[in-house]
Amino acid sequence: MEETKVVGKFDVVILGGSAGSLQVLMKILPLLNVQLPFAFVIVLHRKSTEDKTLEQLIDLKSTVNVREVEDKVLLVPGNIYIAPSDYHLLFEKDNYISLDASEKVNYSRPSIDVSFESAAEIYKSKVLGILLSGANADGTKGMQIIKEMGGTIIAQDPETAETPFMPLNAIKFAKPDYILTVEEIIDFINSIQ
Amino acid sequence: MIEDLQLETLINVVYEYYGFDFGSYSRASLKRRVDRIYQLDGFQRFSDFLSKIRSEPEYYKRLVEEITVNVTEMFRDPSFYKILKDEVLPNLAAKPFIRIWHAGCSTGEEVFSMAILLKEANLLQKAIIYATDINAKVLERAKKGVFGLQLIKQYAENYRNSGGKNDFSNYYIANYGVAKFNDEFSERMVFSQHNLVSDGSFNEFDLILCRNVLIYFDKDLQERAITLFDGSLSTLGYLALGSKETLKFASISDKYVQVNKEKVWRKLK
Ligand SMILES: C[S@@+](CC[C@H](N)C(=O)[O-])C[C@H]1O[C@@H](n2cnc3c(N)ncnc32)[C@H](O)[C@@H]1O
Repeated sequence: MEETKVVGKFDVVILGGSAGSLQVLMKILPLLNVQLPFAFVIVLHRKSTEDKTLEQLIDLKSTVNVREVEDKVLLVPGNIYIAPSDYHLLFEKDNYISLDASEKVNYSRPSIDVSFESAAEIYKSKVLGILLSGANADGTKGMQIIKEMGGTIIAQDPETAETPFMPLNAIKFAKPDYILTVEEIIDFINSIQ
Repeated sequence: MIEDLQLETLINVVYEYYGFDFGSYSRASLKRRVDRIYQLDGFQRFSDFLSKIRSEPEYYKRLVEEITVNVTEMFRDPSFYKILKDEVLPNLAAKPFIRIWHAGCSTGEEVFSMAILLKEANLLQKAIIYATDINAKVLERAKKGVFGLQLIKQYAENYRNSGGKNDFSNYYIANYGVAKFNDEFSERMVFSQHNLVSDGSFNEFDLILCRNVLIYFDKDLQERAITLFDGSLSTLGYLALGSKETLKFASISDKYVQVNKEKVWRKLK
């Protein structure tokens, strides 16, 4: 029942990952188009102490602007936003981000499920969710919801993932629209109109 | 997840029956919180949930307690406490009295951290700390100054990372799995209920802390709360926010300078 979708318009692209996803991200970032027509949000699991270093690392690697995420910053297309550690990242009407320090979800804060679900609520079919390598079930439920709301979901090809559990789990329970290698993910993102 | 319309109905019901206005809370996180208690308490129909809120004041209390996020810790964000210790307290030391307000103090971990800093700076005896929250239950806990012993190891580490040099265990007595902080700290504290949505200023302060509370408010309510703090702060006093909150968007921001890129601002006029 594979249906072929045209790579359409997205307001937000969210990329979620856990163990083994940072190196994938480091491959993706330098190859992205400079003028992205959407806001690019990154939600990675990591230790709470690594905030600044992750931001700097991503900034260094990417051609796209990295904006510091604080509560109620405006999402602007063409920028990268990184979920800060120890906060869930949520989306509000009028393109604001808001942060929430409530309980961990799937042992994680930020949780990928939380951001995926919140993006789907606000942006409906204009969300692209991408799930990379990881050892945790986080992301699967959020992907289901993006799909229900008409958005598009991609899982990293588990064969190419250092820790395949997370994309495998999503493939099993959320039926992604695409299962792609890292190179294919880059092409997909760059072909978004 | 509950529907947007259901959430709006709940906001109206709560306002109509109890006078509490959740209408200016951040919608995305409010919705998650309401959905969480709805699921947790096993409701099948939203109308049942609403009528329970309407008819049972005790259940309404539970609702408020579950909606508000009370997560806190001692010396949360150690680098912030380092600035308090190295920059803020020395500048307040010459005052005859030091008045401090913790708005949204939750279970009090932040308030006791402050009291420890004051003691180490020899300022505790001339300080008075007001600590407020809307949630009466967390205030009851805060008053006791009793925290779980299993958390103390993390707190002691935060304390050391903030530049604390003393033996942390001098500040409490451990017993039956809990740590009770010394009475000399709570003697300097006044706890009371205060609602940032509807209550006004009640004193003038030299230092106001409101950390990880504004993230749950929408931009309008953030602006109102910050204006309230501004009106309650003496000239050259300090305002401290949480690590992802900012004064940048507030209309009064040009009266303030930020201290060392931390989330502390000094009021200049
Ligand atoms: C996450 S806690 C912050 C605790 C502490 N300041 C910290 O940073 O660790 C947020 C607190 O804000 C309180 N709060 C929420 N809405 C409030 C309101 N309208 N007025 C006063 N306090 C409120 C909640 O009850 C909760 O205890």
